[in-house]
Amino acid sequence: MSNLNLFHYAAPATFYPLAGRLRPLFVALAILFGAAGLWLGLFVAPTDFQQGEGYRIIFVHVPASWMSMFIYCAMAFWGAMNLVFNTRLSGMMAQALAPTGALFAFLSLWTGALWGKPMWGTWWVWDARLTSELVLFFLYVGYMALVASIDDPRRADKAGAVLLLVGVVNIPIIYFSVQWWSTLHQGASISMTKAPSMAHTMLWGMLLMALSFWMYTIAVAFARVRAIILDRERHTDWVRALVRQA
Amino acid sequence: MFEVVLAVVRRDLKLAWRRQADIGAALFFFVIVASLFPLGVGPEPDLLRKLSPGVLWVGALLSTLLTLPRLFADDFRDGSLEQLMLAPQPLGLVVLGKVIAHWLVAGLPLALVAPVLGLQFDLPGDALAVLTLSIALGTPALSGIGAIGAALTLGLRGGAVLLSLLILPLYVPVLIFGAGAVDATLTGLGPQAHLSLLAALTVAGLCFAPFAAAAGLRIAVD
Repeated sequence: MSNLNLFHYAAPATFYPLAGRLRPLFVALAILFGAAGLWLGLFVAPTDFQQGEGYRIIFVHVPASWMSMFIYCAMAFWGAMNLVFNTRLSGMMAQALAPTGALFAFLSLWTGALWGKPMWGTWWVWDARLTSELVLFFLYVGYMALVASIDDPRRADKAGAVLLLVGVVNIPIIYFSVQWWSTLHQGASISMTKAPSMAHTMLWGMLLMALSFWMYTIAVAFARVRAIILDRERHTDWVRALVRQA
Repeated sequence: MFEVVLAVVRRDLKLAWRRQADIGAALFFFVIVASLFPLGVGPEPDLLRKLSPGVLWVGALLSTLLTLPRLFADDFRDGSLEQLMLAPQPLGLVVLGKVIAHWLVAGLPLALVAPVLGLQFDLPGDALAVLTLSIALGTPALSGIGAIGAALTLGLRGGAVLLSLLILPLYVPVLIFGAGAVDATLTGLGPQAHLSLLAALTVAGLCFAPFAAAAGLRIAVD
Protein backbone atom coordinates (compact mmCIF):
# COMPACT_ATOMS: atom_id res chain seq x y z
CA MET A 1 0.00 0.00 0.00
CA SER A 2 2.88 2.29 0.77
CA ASN A 3 4.14 2.44 -2.79
CA LEU A 4 0.66 2.97 -4.23
CA ASN A 5 -0.21 6.62 -3.85
CA LEU A 6 -3.56 7.46 -5.37
CA PHE A 7 -3.02 11.12 -4.65
CA HIS A 8 0.29 11.36 -6.47
CA TYR A 9 -1.32 13.01 -9.49
CA ALA A 10 -3.63 15.13 -7.35
CA ALA A 11 -0.90 17.75 -7.11
CA PRO A 12 -1.10 20.27 -9.95
CA ALA A 13 2.68 20.15 -10.38
CA THR A 14 2.63 16.42 -11.19
CA PHE A 15 -0.65 16.43 -13.08
CA TYR A 16 0.38 19.23 -15.43
CA PRO A 17 3.00 17.19 -17.35
CA LEU A 18 0.82 14.06 -17.23
CA ALA A 19 -2.11 15.92 -18.81
CA GLY A 20 0.25 17.31 -21.39
CA ARG A 21 1.53 13.85 -22.31
CA LEU A 22 -1.92 12.22 -22.41
CA ARG A 23 -3.68 14.96 -24.34
CA PRO A 24 -2.37 14.05 -27.86
CA LEU A 25 -3.50 10.47 -27.23
CA PHE A 26 -7.05 11.56 -26.51
CA VAL A 27 -7.03 13.96 -29.46
CA ALA A 28 -6.00 11.08 -31.73
CA LEU A 29 -8.66 8.78 -30.25
CA ALA A 30 -11.32 11.47 -30.67
CA ILE A 31 -10.44 11.92 -34.34
CA LEU A 32 -10.27 8.16 -34.91
CA PHE A 33 -13.60 7.36 -33.26
CA GLY A 34 -15.18 10.43 -34.81
CA ALA A 35 -14.09 9.47 -38.32
CA ALA A 36 -15.29 5.91 -37.86
CA GLY A 37 -18.58 7.03 -36.34
CA LEU A 38 -19.26 9.58 -39.07
CA TRP A 39 -18.39 7.10 -41.81
CA LEU A 40 -20.71 4.52 -40.27
CA GLY A 41 -23.43 7.08 -39.65
CA LEU A 42 -23.32 8.99 -42.92
CA PHE A 43 -22.44 6.26 -45.44
CA VAL A 44 -23.09 2.80 -44.04
CA ALA A 45 -26.21 3.17 -41.91
CA PRO A 46 -29.39 2.55 -43.94
CA THR A 47 -31.82 5.35 -44.75
CA ASP A 48 -34.70 5.50 -42.30
CA PHE A 49 -37.92 4.56 -44.08
CA GLN A 50 -39.94 7.15 -42.18
CA GLN A 51 -37.54 10.02 -41.73
CA GLY A 52 -35.37 9.68 -44.83
CA GLU A 53 -31.85 11.06 -44.63
CA GLY A 54 -32.73 13.74 -42.10
CA TYR A 55 -32.51 11.36 -39.19
CA ARG A 56 -28.73 11.21 -39.54
CA ILE A 57 -28.36 14.18 -37.23
CA ILE A 58 -29.04 11.62 -34.50
CA PHE A 59 -25.35 10.72 -34.66
CA VAL A 60 -24.49 14.13 -33.24
CA HIS A 61 -27.64 14.85 -31.29
CA VAL A 62 -27.89 11.79 -29.06
CA PRO A 63 -24.18 11.56 -28.10
CA ALA A 64 -24.18 15.31 -27.34
CA SER A 65 -27.16 14.86 -25.01
CA TRP A 66 -25.50 11.91 -23.29
CA MET A 67 -22.31 13.84 -22.78
CA SER A 68 -24.09 16.92 -21.46
CA MET A 69 -25.67 14.81 -18.73
CA PHE A 70 -22.57 12.77 -18.03
CA ILE A 71 -20.30 15.80 -17.76
CA TYR A 72 -22.54 17.35 -15.12
CA CYS A 73 -22.23 14.16 -13.07
CA ALA A 74 -18.46 14.17 -13.57
CA MET A 75 -18.33 17.78 -12.39
CA ALA A 76 -20.40 16.89 -9.33
CA PHE A 77 -17.95 14.05 -8.65
CA TRP A 78 -15.02 16.46 -8.75
CA GLY A 79 -16.99 18.88 -6.59
CA ALA A 80 -17.50 16.16 -3.98
CA MET A 81 -13.80 15.27 -4.17
CA ASN A 82 -12.99 18.93 -3.61
CA LEU A 83 -15.18 19.18 -0.53
CA VAL A 84 -14.11 15.84 0.93
CA PHE A 85 -10.37 15.76 0.26
CA ASN A 86 -9.81 19.48 -0.21
CA THR A 87 -7.59 18.87 -3.23
CA ARG A 88 -6.94 21.84 -5.46
CA LEU A 89 -6.95 19.88 -8.68
CA SER A 90 -10.52 18.60 -8.28
CA GLY A 91 -11.91 22.11 -8.30
CA MET A 92 -9.84 22.92 -11.36
CA MET A 93 -11.17 19.81 -13.13
CA ALA A 94 -14.76 20.80 -12.38
CA GLN A 95 -14.12 24.23 -13.83
CA ALA A 96 -12.31 22.84 -16.84
CA LEU A 97 -15.25 20.55 -17.69
CA ALA A 98 -17.99 23.17 -17.35
CA PRO A 99 -17.65 24.97 -20.73
CA THR A 100 -17.58 21.65 -22.59
CA GLY A 101 -20.68 20.47 -20.76
CA ALA A 102 -22.50 23.69 -21.59
CA LEU A 103 -21.34 23.36 -25.20
CA PHE A 104 -22.79 19.85 -25.47
CA ALA A 105 -26.05 20.91 -23.83
CA PHE A 106 -26.33 23.74 -26.32
CA LEU A 107 -25.36 21.47 -29.21
CA SER A 108 -28.00 19.00 -28.13
CA LEU A 109 -30.68 21.71 -28.08
CA TRP A 110 -29.52 23.15 -31.39
CA THR A 111 -29.35 19.85 -33.27
CA GLY A 112 -32.66 18.93 -31.67
CA ALA A 113 -34.20 22.06 -33.17
CA LEU A 114 -32.64 21.32 -36.56
CA TRP A 115 -34.01 17.80 -36.40
CA GLY A 116 -37.41 18.88 -35.13
CA LYS A 117 -38.07 21.34 -37.95
CA PRO A 118 -38.21 18.84 -40.84
CA MET A 119 -39.63 15.97 -38.75
CA TRP A 120 -42.33 17.66 -36.67
CA GLY A 121 -42.54 20.95 -38.52
CA THR A 122 -41.48 22.99 -35.51
CA TRP A 123 -38.19 24.14 -34.02
CA TRP A 124 -39.25 23.63 -30.44
CA VAL A 125 -41.84 21.69 -28.49
CA TRP A 126 -42.23 21.76 -24.72
CA ASP A 127 -41.43 18.09 -24.52
CA ALA A 128 -40.09 16.68 -21.27
CA ARG A 129 -36.66 15.87 -22.63
CA LEU A 130 -36.19 19.19 -24.39
CA THR A 131 -37.29 21.12 -21.34
CA SER A 132 -35.06 19.25 -18.93
CA GLU A 133 -32.12 19.63 -21.31
CA LEU A 134 -32.83 23.36 -21.34
CA VAL A 135 -32.85 23.43 -17.53
CA LEU A 136 -29.57 21.51 -17.54
CA PHE A 137 -28.12 24.18 -19.81
CA PHE A 138 -29.29 26.83 -17.32
CA LEU A 139 -27.58 24.90 -14.52
CA TYR A 140 -24.29 24.96 -16.45
CA VAL A 141 -24.64 28.68 -17.05
CA GLY A 142 -25.40 29.28 -13.37
CA TYR A 143 -22.34 27.31 -12.30
CA MET A 144 -20.04 29.18 -14.66
CA ALA A 145 -21.48 32.54 -13.63
CA LEU A 146 -21.00 31.74 -9.95
CA VAL A 147 -17.43 30.56 -10.39
CA ALA A 148 -16.55 33.53 -12.59
CA SER A 149 -17.83 36.07 -10.10
CA ILE A 150 -15.78 34.86 -7.12
CA ASP A 151 -12.24 36.22 -7.15
CA ASP A 152 -10.69 33.86 -4.62
CA PRO A 153 -10.17 30.62 -6.56
CA ARG A 154 -10.44 28.32 -3.55
CA ARG A 155 -13.74 29.88 -2.53
CA ALA A 156 -14.93 29.70 -6.14
CA ASP A 157 -14.13 25.98 -6.27
CA LYS A 158 -15.92 25.21 -3.04
CA ALA A 159 -18.98 27.35 -3.72
CA GLY A 160 -19.18 25.76 -7.17
CA ALA A 161 -18.89 22.31 -5.60
CA VAL A 162 -21.84 22.95 -3.27
CA LEU A 163 -23.88 24.22 -6.20
CA LEU A 164 -22.96 21.17 -8.31
CA LEU A 165 -23.98 18.77 -5.56
CA VAL A 166 -27.28 20.58 -5.01
CA GLY A 167 -27.80 20.51 -8.77
CA VAL A 168 -27.06 16.84 -9.16
CA VAL A 169 -29.56 15.97 -6.43
CA ASN A 170 -32.12 18.17 -8.16
CA ILE A 171 -31.65 16.88 -11.69
CA PRO A 172 -33.76 13.71 -11.22
CA ILE A 173 -36.46 15.73 -9.44
CA ILE A 174 -36.49 18.28 -12.24
CA TYR A 175 -36.51 15.54 -14.86
CA PHE A 176 -39.47 13.69 -13.41
CA SER A 177 -41.46 16.82 -12.61
CA VAL A 178 -40.96 18.09 -16.15
CA GLN A 179 -41.88 14.70 -17.58
CA TRP A 180 -45.09 14.59 -15.61
CA TRP A 181 -45.88 18.18 -16.48
CA SER A 182 -45.51 17.59 -20.22
CA THR A 183 -47.69 14.48 -20.21
CA LEU A 184 -50.40 16.46 -18.45
CA HIS A 185 -50.18 19.46 -20.72
CA GLN A 186 -49.80 18.24 -24.24
CA GLY A 187 -51.56 15.47 -26.01
CA ALA A 188 -49.72 12.60 -27.62
CA SER A 189 -49.31 14.52 -30.86
CA ILE A 190 -45.58 13.92 -30.92
CA SER A 191 -43.96 10.98 -29.28
CA MET A 192 -40.22 10.98 -29.05
CA THR A 193 -40.08 7.92 -26.87
CA LYS A 194 -41.41 5.54 -29.50
CA ALA A 195 -38.10 5.06 -31.25
CA PRO A 196 -38.34 2.51 -34.04
CA SER A 197 -36.12 -0.46 -33.43
CA MET A 198 -32.73 0.68 -34.50
CA ALA A 199 -30.48 -0.98 -37.04
CA HIS A 200 -27.23 -2.27 -35.61
CA THR A 201 -25.11 0.02 -37.75
CA MET A 202 -27.01 3.03 -36.43
CA LEU A 203 -26.40 1.98 -32.85
CA TRP A 204 -22.71 1.42 -33.54
CA GLY A 205 -22.41 4.77 -35.24
CA MET A 206 -23.97 6.45 -32.24
CA LEU A 207 -21.75 4.61 -29.78
CA LEU A 208 -18.62 5.49 -31.77
CA MET A 209 -19.67 9.13 -31.88
CA ALA A 210 -20.30 9.05 -28.14
CA LEU A 211 -16.80 7.64 -27.61
CA SER A 212 -15.38 10.32 -29.87
CA PHE A 213 -17.15 13.06 -27.89
CA TRP A 214 -15.94 11.48 -24.70
CA MET A 215 -12.32 11.52 -25.85
CA TYR A 216 -12.77 15.09 -27.11
CA THR A 217 -14.09 16.10 -23.70
CA ILE A 218 -11.07 14.62 -21.94
CA ALA A 219 -8.64 16.23 -24.38
CA VAL A 220 -10.24 19.65 -24.09
CA ALA A 221 -10.59 19.38 -20.32
CA PHE A 222 -6.89 18.52 -20.06
CA ALA A 223 -5.93 21.48 -22.20
CA ARG A 224 -8.13 23.77 -20.15
CA VAL A 225 -7.00 22.42 -16.80
CA ARG A 226 -3.38 22.98 -17.84
CA ALA A 227 -4.15 26.62 -18.50
CA ILE A 228 -5.95 26.91 -15.16
CA ILE A 229 -3.01 25.27 -13.36
CA LEU A 230 -0.54 27.68 -14.92
CA ASP A 231 -2.74 30.63 -14.02
CA ARG A 232 -3.27 29.64 -10.41
CA GLU A 233 0.23 28.33 -9.70
CA ARG A 234 2.05 31.19 -11.36
CA HIS A 235 3.66 32.16 -8.05
CA THR A 236 5.31 28.74 -7.62
CA ASP A 237 8.87 27.86 -8.50
CA TRP A 238 8.04 25.03 -10.88
CA VAL A 239 5.83 27.25 -13.06
CA ARG A 240 8.53 29.93 -13.11
CA ALA A 241 11.09 27.33 -14.14
CA LEU A 242 8.70 26.06 -16.83
CA VAL A 243 8.21 29.53 -18.23
CA ARG A 244 11.94 30.22 -18.19
CA GLN A 245 12.53 27.03 -20.19
CA ALA A 246 9.99 27.95 -22.80
CA MET B 1 -31.65 21.70 20.42
CA PHE B 2 -34.59 23.28 18.60
CA GLU B 3 -34.54 26.21 20.97
CA VAL B 4 -31.95 27.77 18.70
CA VAL B 5 -34.40 27.53 15.77
CA LEU B 6 -37.07 29.30 17.79
CA ALA B 7 -34.64 31.92 19.03
CA VAL B 8 -33.48 32.74 15.48
CA VAL B 9 -37.07 32.85 14.21
CA ARG B 10 -38.03 35.22 17.00
CA ARG B 11 -35.01 37.43 16.40
CA ASP B 12 -35.51 37.62 12.63
CA LEU B 13 -39.20 38.34 12.99
CA LYS B 14 -38.43 41.16 15.39
CA LEU B 15 -35.89 42.60 12.96
CA ALA B 16 -38.34 42.29 10.08
CA TRP B 17 -41.08 43.93 12.12
CA ARG B 18 -38.89 46.97 12.65
CA ARG B 19 -38.49 47.35 8.90
CA GLN B 20 -42.02 46.73 7.71
CA ALA B 21 -41.52 48.63 4.48
CA ASP B 22 -39.37 45.77 3.14
CA ILE B 23 -42.16 43.24 3.63
CA GLY B 24 -44.63 45.56 1.92
CA ALA B 25 -42.34 46.19 -1.05
CA ALA B 26 -41.99 42.52 -1.98
CA LEU B 27 -45.71 42.01 -1.53
CA PHE B 28 -46.55 44.95 -3.77
CA PHE B 29 -44.10 43.67 -6.35
CA PHE B 30 -46.19 40.49 -6.49
CA VAL B 31 -49.43 42.47 -6.83
CA ILE B 32 -48.01 44.71 -9.57
CA VAL B 33 -46.52 41.86 -11.60
CA ALA B 34 -49.83 40.01 -11.46
CA SER B 35 -51.70 43.16 -12.50
CA LEU B 36 -49.41 43.76 -15.47
CA PHE B 37 -50.30 40.49 -17.16
CA PRO B 38 -53.90 41.32 -18.05
CA LEU B 39 -52.61 44.57 -19.53
CA GLY B 40 -50.19 42.57 -21.65
CA VAL B 41 -52.39 39.72 -22.85
CA GLY B 42 -55.84 41.33 -22.92
CA PRO B 43 -58.86 41.24 -20.62
CA GLU B 44 -60.69 38.09 -21.86
CA PRO B 45 -61.74 36.19 -18.69
CA ASP B 46 -61.30 32.76 -20.27
CA LEU B 47 -57.73 33.44 -21.30
CA LEU B 48 -56.88 35.01 -17.94
CA ARG B 49 -58.35 32.10 -16.03
CA LYS B 50 -56.22 29.73 -18.04
CA LEU B 51 -53.07 31.78 -17.51
CA SER B 52 -53.61 32.64 -13.87
CA PRO B 53 -52.02 29.62 -12.12
CA GLY B 54 -48.76 30.10 -14.00
CA VAL B 55 -48.76 33.89 -13.79
CA LEU B 56 -49.49 34.01 -10.07
CA TRP B 57 -46.98 31.29 -9.31
CA VAL B 58 -44.22 32.92 -11.36
CA GLY B 59 -45.04 36.20 -9.62
CA ALA B 60 -44.75 34.54 -6.21
CA LEU B 61 -41.47 32.96 -7.24
CA LEU B 62 -39.95 36.25 -8.40
CA SER B 63 -41.19 38.06 -5.33
CA THR B 64 -39.53 35.46 -3.09
CA LEU B 65 -36.36 35.86 -5.11
CA LEU B 66 -36.36 39.62 -4.47
CA THR B 67 -36.18 39.22 -0.71
CA LEU B 68 -33.60 36.42 -0.72
CA PRO B 69 -30.37 38.48 -1.03
CA ARG B 70 -31.26 40.11 2.29
CA LEU B 71 -31.52 36.74 4.04
CA PHE B 72 -27.91 36.72 5.22
CA ALA B 73 -26.54 40.03 3.90
CA ASP B 74 -27.53 42.24 6.86
CA ASP B 75 -26.18 39.78 9.43
CA PHE B 76 -23.04 39.40 7.36
CA ARG B 77 -22.47 43.15 7.25
CA ASP B 78 -22.86 43.82 10.97
CA GLY B 79 -20.91 40.72 12.01
CA SER B 80 -23.72 38.91 13.77
CA LEU B 81 -23.54 36.11 11.21
CA GLU B 82 -20.03 35.27 12.37
CA GLN B 83 -21.24 35.18 15.95
CA LEU B 84 -24.05 32.82 14.94
CA MET B 85 -21.50 30.60 13.22
CA LEU B 86 -19.36 30.50 16.35
CA ALA B 87 -22.31 29.35 18.44
CA PRO B 88 -22.13 25.72 19.64
CA GLN B 89 -25.46 24.87 17.97
CA PRO B 90 -25.32 23.40 14.45
CA LEU B 91 -25.28 26.12 11.82
CA GLY B 92 -27.87 24.19 9.82
CA LEU B 93 -30.45 24.76 12.56
CA VAL B 94 -29.64 28.47 12.65
CA VAL B 95 -30.22 28.58 8.89
CA LEU B 96 -33.45 26.61 9.34
CA GLY B 97 -34.62 29.28 11.76
CA LYS B 98 -33.77 32.01 9.28
CA VAL B 99 -35.57 30.11 6.50
CA ILE B 100 -38.70 29.74 8.62
CA ALA B 101 -38.60 33.44 9.49
CA HIS B 102 -38.10 34.30 5.83
CA TRP B 103 -41.12 32.22 4.91
CA LEU B 104 -43.26 33.88 7.58
CA VAL B 105 -42.22 37.31 6.33
CA ALA B 106 -42.01 36.76 2.57
CA GLY B 107 -43.91 33.57 1.72
CA LEU B 108 -47.00 33.53 3.89
CA PRO B 109 -48.12 37.08 2.93
CA LEU B 110 -48.01 36.01 -0.73
CA ALA B 111 -50.38 33.15 0.04
CA LEU B 112 -52.73 35.53 1.83
CA VAL B 113 -52.77 38.06 -1.02
CA ALA B 114 -52.98 35.46 -3.80
CA PRO B 115 -56.77 34.82 -3.55
CA VAL B 116 -57.48 38.52 -4.10
CA LEU B 117 -55.33 38.48 -7.20
CA GLY B 118 -56.97 35.22 -8.22
CA LEU B 119 -60.32 37.00 -8.17
CA GLN B 120 -58.97 39.51 -10.68
CA PHE B 121 -58.16 36.56 -12.91
CA ASP B 122 -61.70 35.22 -12.55
CA LEU B 123 -60.74 32.05 -10.71
CA PRO B 124 -63.65 30.08 -9.16
CA GLY B 125 -63.84 29.55 -5.40
CA ASP B 126 -62.31 26.09 -5.11
CA ALA B 127 -59.40 27.10 -7.33
CA LEU B 128 -58.80 30.13 -5.11
CA ALA B 129 -58.59 27.90 -2.06
CA VAL B 130 -56.16 25.54 -3.82
CA LEU B 131 -54.10 28.52 -5.01
CA THR B 132 -53.74 29.80 -1.45
CA LEU B 133 -52.92 26.36 -0.14
CA SER B 134 -50.40 25.60 -2.87
CA ILE B 135 -48.54 28.89 -2.38
CA ALA B 136 -48.53 28.40 1.39
CA LEU B 137 -47.24 24.83 0.93
CA GLY B 138 -44.70 25.61 -1.77
CA THR B 139 -43.06 28.81 -0.57
CA PRO B 140 -41.17 27.14 2.33
CA ALA B 141 -39.37 25.07 -0.32
CA LEU B 142 -38.62 28.28 -2.22
CA SER B 143 -37.17 29.86 0.93
CA GLY B 144 -35.13 26.74 1.69
CA ILE B 145 -33.64 26.29 -1.78
CA GLY B 146 -33.16 30.04 -2.04
CA ALA B 147 -31.13 30.05 1.17
CA ILE B 148 -28.51 27.92 -0.60
CA GLY B 149 -28.18 30.49 -3.35
CA ALA B 150 -28.18 33.36 -0.87
CA ALA B 151 -25.36 31.71 1.08
CA LEU B 152 -23.28 30.97 -2.02
CA THR B 153 -23.59 34.50 -3.42
CA LEU B 154 -23.06 36.23 -0.07
CA GLY B 155 -20.89 39.31 -0.48
CA LEU B 156 -20.35 38.92 -4.23
CA ARG B 157 -20.69 41.74 -6.70
CA GLY B 158 -23.85 41.39 -8.76
CA GLY B 159 -25.07 38.92 -6.15
CA ALA B 160 -28.78 39.45 -6.80
CA VAL B 161 -28.64 38.70 -10.52
CA LEU B 162 -26.34 35.77 -9.88
CA LEU B 163 -28.72 34.47 -7.25
CA SER B 164 -31.59 34.33 -9.70
CA LEU B 165 -29.38 32.60 -12.27
CA LEU B 166 -28.44 29.90 -9.75
CA ILE B 167 -31.79 29.41 -8.09
CA LEU B 168 -34.47 29.77 -10.76
CA PRO B 169 -33.63 26.48 -12.53
CA LEU B 170 -33.90 24.71 -9.19
CA TYR B 171 -37.35 26.21 -8.65
CA VAL B 172 -38.76 24.40 -11.69
CA PRO B 173 -40.34 21.46 -9.79
CA VAL B 174 -42.02 23.73 -7.24
CA LEU B 175 -43.45 25.87 -10.02
CA ILE B 176 -44.71 22.83 -11.92
CA PHE B 177 -46.50 21.24 -8.99
CA GLY B 178 -47.73 24.52 -7.53
CA ALA B 179 -49.25 25.83 -10.72
CA GLY B 180 -50.25 22.28 -11.63
CA ALA B 181 -52.40 21.97 -8.50
CA VAL B 182 -54.45 25.04 -9.46
CA ASP B 183 -54.60 23.91 -13.07
CA ALA B 184 -55.81 20.47 -12.05
CA THR B 185 -58.58 22.06 -9.97
CA LEU B 186 -59.67 24.16 -12.93
CA THR B 187 -59.85 21.15 -15.23
CA GLY B 188 -61.63 19.05 -12.63
CA LEU B 189 -58.87 16.53 -12.02
CA GLY B 190 -58.44 17.37 -8.33
CA PRO B 191 -55.30 18.85 -6.81
CA GLN B 192 -54.41 16.12 -4.29
CA ALA B 193 -51.53 14.56 -6.22
CA HIS B 194 -49.89 17.91 -6.94
CA LEU B 195 -50.32 19.15 -3.39
CA SER B 196 -48.84 15.95 -1.98
CA LEU B 197 -45.79 16.28 -4.21
CA LEU B 198 -45.50 19.96 -3.31
CA ALA B 199 -45.56 19.06 0.37
CA ALA B 200 -42.92 16.41 -0.30
CA LEU B 201 -40.70 19.02 -1.95
CA THR B 202 -41.17 21.34 1.00
CA VAL B 203 -40.34 18.66 3.55
CA ALA B 204 -37.26 17.57 1.61
CA GLY B 205 -36.24 21.18 1.04
CA LEU B 206 -36.53 22.12 4.69
CA CYS B 207 -34.67 18.98 5.80
CA PHE B 208 -31.67 19.23 3.50
CA ALA B 209 -31.40 22.74 2.12
CA PRO B 210 -30.48 24.45 5.43
CA PHE B 211 -27.45 22.20 5.75
CA ALA B 212 -26.32 22.85 2.19
CA ALA B 213 -26.81 26.55 2.87
CA ALA B 214 -24.77 26.22 6.06
CA ALA B 215 -21.95 24.67 4.03
CA GLY B 216 -22.23 27.59 1.63
CA LEU B 217 -22.06 30.08 4.49
CA ARG B 218 -18.92 28.49 5.89
CA ILE B 219 -17.30 28.82 2.47
CA ALA B 220 -18.46 32.41 2.05
CA VAL B 221 -17.43 33.69 5.47
CA ASP B 222 -14.23 31.63 5.71
